[in-house]
Amino acid sequence: MADRRPDNRAWLGVLPVLLVVAFSAVVPLMTVVNYSLQDIFDPHNRLFVGFDWYRDILRDPRFVSALLRQLAFSAAVLAIEVPLGILVARSLPTEGRLAPLFLVIVAVPLLIPWNVVGTIWQIFARPDIGLLGATVAWLGLDFNYTSSVVDAWITLLLMDVWHWTSLVALLAYAGLASIQAPYYQAAEIDGASRWQVFRHVELPRLKSVLIIAVLLRLMDSFMIYTEPFVLTGGGPGNATTFLSQYLTSMAVGQFDLGPAAAFSVLYFLLILLMCWLFYTSVMREDRS
Amino acid sequence: MRRRGHWLLYAYCAYLLLPLYWLLNMALRRNQDIAAGLEVIPANATLANFAEIFNNPVWYEGFGNSLTYVSLNTLISVVVALPAAYTFSRYRFVGDKHLFFWLLTNRMAPPAVFLLPFFQLYSAIGLFDTPLAVALAHCLFTVPLAVWILEGFMSSVPKSLDEMARIDGHRLPYFFLRIFLPTIRGGIGVTVFFCFMFSWVELLLARTLTASSAKPIVVVMTRTVSASGLDWGVLAAAGVLTIVPGVAVVWFVRKHLVKGFAMGRV
Repeated sequence: MADRRPDNRAWLGVLPVLLVVAFSAVVPLMTVVNYSLQDIFDPHNRLFVGFDWYRDILRDPRFVSALLRQLAFSAAVLAIEVPLGILVARSLPTEGRLAPLFLVIVAVPLLIPWNVVGTIWQIFARPDIGLLGATVAWLGLDFNYTSSVVDAWITLLLMDVWHWTSLVALLAYAGLASIQAPYYQAAEIDGASRWQVFRHVELPRLKSVLIIAVLLRLMDSFMIYTEPFVLTGGGPGNATTFLSQYLTSMAVGQFDLGPAAAFSVLYFLLILLMCWLFYTSVMREDRS
Repeated sequence: MRRRGHWLLYAYCAYLLLPLYWLLNMALRRNQDIAAGLEVIPANATLANFAEIFNNPVWYEGFGNSLTYVSLNTLISVVVALPAAYTFSRYRFVGDKHLFFWLLTNRMAPPAVFLLPFFQLYSAIGLFDTPLAVALAHCLFTVPLAVWILEGFMSSVPKSLDEMARIDGHRLPYFFLRIFLPTIRGGIGVTVFFCFMFSWVELLLARTLTASSAKPIVVVMTRTVSASGLDWGVLAAAGVLTIVPGVAVVWFVRKHLVKGFAMGRV
């Protein structure tokens, strides 16, 4: 990036992107901010209410519990998918006839529409017609993700790990592919153990792709909507209702413009804040 | 030399494939057989569920609608992202870094946030229930991603290529289209793959912005569940069909993907 030519006419090059993003992001976002500060009765009859909606949302116990569930879900998903993804990446063959086949198998879950992912797990985990559900029942365990909170969470986590570990694995695989053979030879000469090779040769070079992987999984797990919507519908009760689902029911189901808009702004800011905190803390550690 | 397939990889692949196998298994059985009990290998395998989908216009039109907006989205994203990514990788200008990061923040916006304004915006300009509306809405996350991936690929091309073309007297548009783009075609392949993937799998925005004439396949699926109760066989068959384009895309770009992963950003 250092030897780029200074030239302000370059703005012309980014103009198309700016127009598209202005249309698809800035205008809608400004609309949301606008709604979040007003009480709208009809298009010609609106009242400025300041931060009232924000206060209401923050005091809404259902918002708070959805947020806590969301944090627990994202933490669990990251704690499982990142280490497992690295392990899978290390076991993927880099050459040979079977290498592309394994790569395609690993990539497949990423290309399945999200509601189909929900359907697949619905069919797979049902105690009456599902292979998993029936097997667990055959083992004598009482398993039903539509009535038990614990079972619903287990199924949801199994589904998300199934769906997204491959993203971490592919990113880590790309990172590992860029490490050159001499590093490994040097480690071998020094008599390094497998763990030491991982810790001192692989991990430092995986750092940048792992940052991307954690960021993507952090924000995407925080926005999850479709898969739990199909699998559990947010239940049993509200046990698997996450932020997006609560927001959607508020905005589209009940058409509560003001509170939903305030919710939206808080939601977006929260994701930005988390990503920024993670990124700056990783970078600061890098410098010191 | 250091990595070979071992038990973890086989176990992981089995974990990935078992639910998929079960989907296929369901798709090949009639509803009365499904209700009758578990069959690990279908005894009376039939293609009746697939036949029902191919004979019902709601299903195959949904498939066409999805492919239309996904293609449109991929086209728009790549076309607008190419000049922007080149600009970011080659020029310094006022606010360049801020602009780049601001673009990325759009990837962090939850689609649920945009439901209401998108619905109103596209209704107001008469695009509601068209594939173009969904394609533009999906630009929310595909455009930042495309700029980001392409910038990585373009920055890995030495700037001496640009200098040489200038010395040879080529104008920028000619150089960009005839020399530069062919050099980064692997990167364009990876970008197409990711735009296709993220637009193909999305449901929430696609559902909100369509009603009847542009209804995508994924939405047809969710509505069939609620309408006819539990038609597991047809639902599973539809699921199998939605997986086909993704697998086809990944199979065709598998070599680019490995190389692209290794040299680019993603």
